[in-house]
Amino acid sequence: MSENGTFKPVIVGFLCNWCSYRAADLAGTSRMGYPATLRDIRIMCTGRLDPTFVLRALEKGADGVLIMGCHPGQCHYQEGNYKAIRRFALLKRTLRQFGIEEERVQLHWASAAEGVEFAKTVAKMTEEITALGPLEWSRNWPNEDPHIYAEEAAHE
Amino acid sequence: MSKPKLALYWASSCGGCEIAVLGLHEKILDVAEAFDIVFWPCVMDFKYEDVEAMEDGEIDVCLFNGAIRNDENAHLAHLLRRKSKVMVAFGSCAFGGSMPGLANFNDREQMFNYIYHDSPSTDNPDGIVPQQRTDMPEGELVLPNFWNTVKTLAQVVPVDYYLPGCPPEASSIETAVTAIVSGELPPPGSVIGPDITVCDECPREKHEKKISRFYRPQEIIPDPDTCLLEQGLFCAGIATRSGCGARCPQVGVGCRGCYGPNEGVYDHGAKIMTGIASVLDADTPEEVEAILDTLPDPAGYFYRFHMPDSLLRRTARTNGKKLLASEQVAASEL
Repeated sequence: MSENGTFKPVIVGFLCNWCSYRAADLAGTSRMGYPATLRDIRIMCTGRLDPTFVLRALEKGADGVLIMGCHPGQCHYQEGNYKAIRRFALLKRTLRQFGIEEERVQLHWASAAEGVEFAKTVAKMTEEITALGPLEWSRNWPNEDPHIYAEEAAHE
Repeated sequence: MSKPKLALYWASSCGGCEIAVLGLHEKILDVAEAFDIVFWPCVMDFKYEDVEAMEDGEIDVCLFNGAIRNDENAHLAHLLRRKSKVMVAFGSCAFGGSMPGLANFNDREQMFNYIYHDSPSTDNPDGIVPQQRTDMPEGELVLPNFWNTVKTLAQVVPVDYYLPGCPPEASSIETAVTAIVSGELPPPGSVIGPDITVCDECPREKHEKKISRFYRPQEIIPDPDTCLLEQGLFCAGIATRSGCGARCPQVGVGCRGCYGPNEGVYDHGAKIMTGIASVLDADTPEEVEAILDTLPDPAGYFYRFHMPDSLLRRTARTNGKKLLASEQVAASEL
């Protein structure tokens, strides 16, 4: 997405209900400034985050995905964020094979009291993605099919 | 009353699906009894013109196997779609792209460079590469255009039913054929087969899964009664549709995922990924990375049968240009 020719990334955020979503709230109620690039989606726990969500966000046009949850050891459900650590590591390796830059999908922690941390993370990620440019995944599969008709028409 | 007309075609596939149809053994005679086979290039002598000469919708059922990776595949897909009342994506290649679909991890230039120049077994001192058009005394020869991205049948033409499997088991084919003959078909767009996972049919004993490393099949001899995944062998059975009778795990080989995703799954690979990640016995990123180092080519494992059918469908397009730094890392790891 661009305004006046400058690229402004779209980042989809998956924030856990108990820590990071509260951190986002805190950043808002404390009137902290951070780039308006994040479209946050509240999930109950980062352990609920299916890699499908991330892939779907990228496929639908997001330039980056930010996953945020409670610090390890502080999960409301004891160990949901440990599950997120495992999934994220495997997802990151897979995305690398898809040719997607590592900065585009990030996992960070912010407790309910860390509004500053949250704002800083969003600002930093926005900067990184702005530097990378748009992802525009859909340009990866132009329809090659009409070609056959062009070929046939040329021969008829 | 005349018999319903059946067509079978292979696009980009290995031929295993054709063998699977013959694998019905004596039941193949029932098929021949029930249907009038009007097109089956692998087995009987038909020409494309024979199909072109038919009326639209003249064929009752077309079993189409193979992915779509060039103009010829697509041409036949369009042609057979037009001529057939019911189009069945037969086998994993037509359904999800399967092995040919793994080409989507590269692009056309990269593939041609490797095949005709760089592979260790290539002897091509004059750098000869196939040309799409060649002038011969008898006229111009034209090869079908080779696509940059492999597609599934459903990405090219509307498909009525899917029959998964690499190849589909004889029992699955029988179910499908019986359903078609009796007219008791599920709603269009359905996958023909039960909506359960391979684990449901696998007789191995399952306990809590926690693994501290992966083994490749040649590295260990697995215990015959315990779940293979628990023993560190990659198995996609946790997130793969069954109907095969869990044949691979029963002989000590982890499920490869050929029957594809279950109902409602957007991305087969992502579901396998979720399942595999949750069995890792690790709590810190370092421990996780150490375990994952023993699983080379994760995307190849997860998307083995459904790469073109996945959400991202292919890797970042390079058009033969320099690879992204991130891709170079991946290439050196494989």
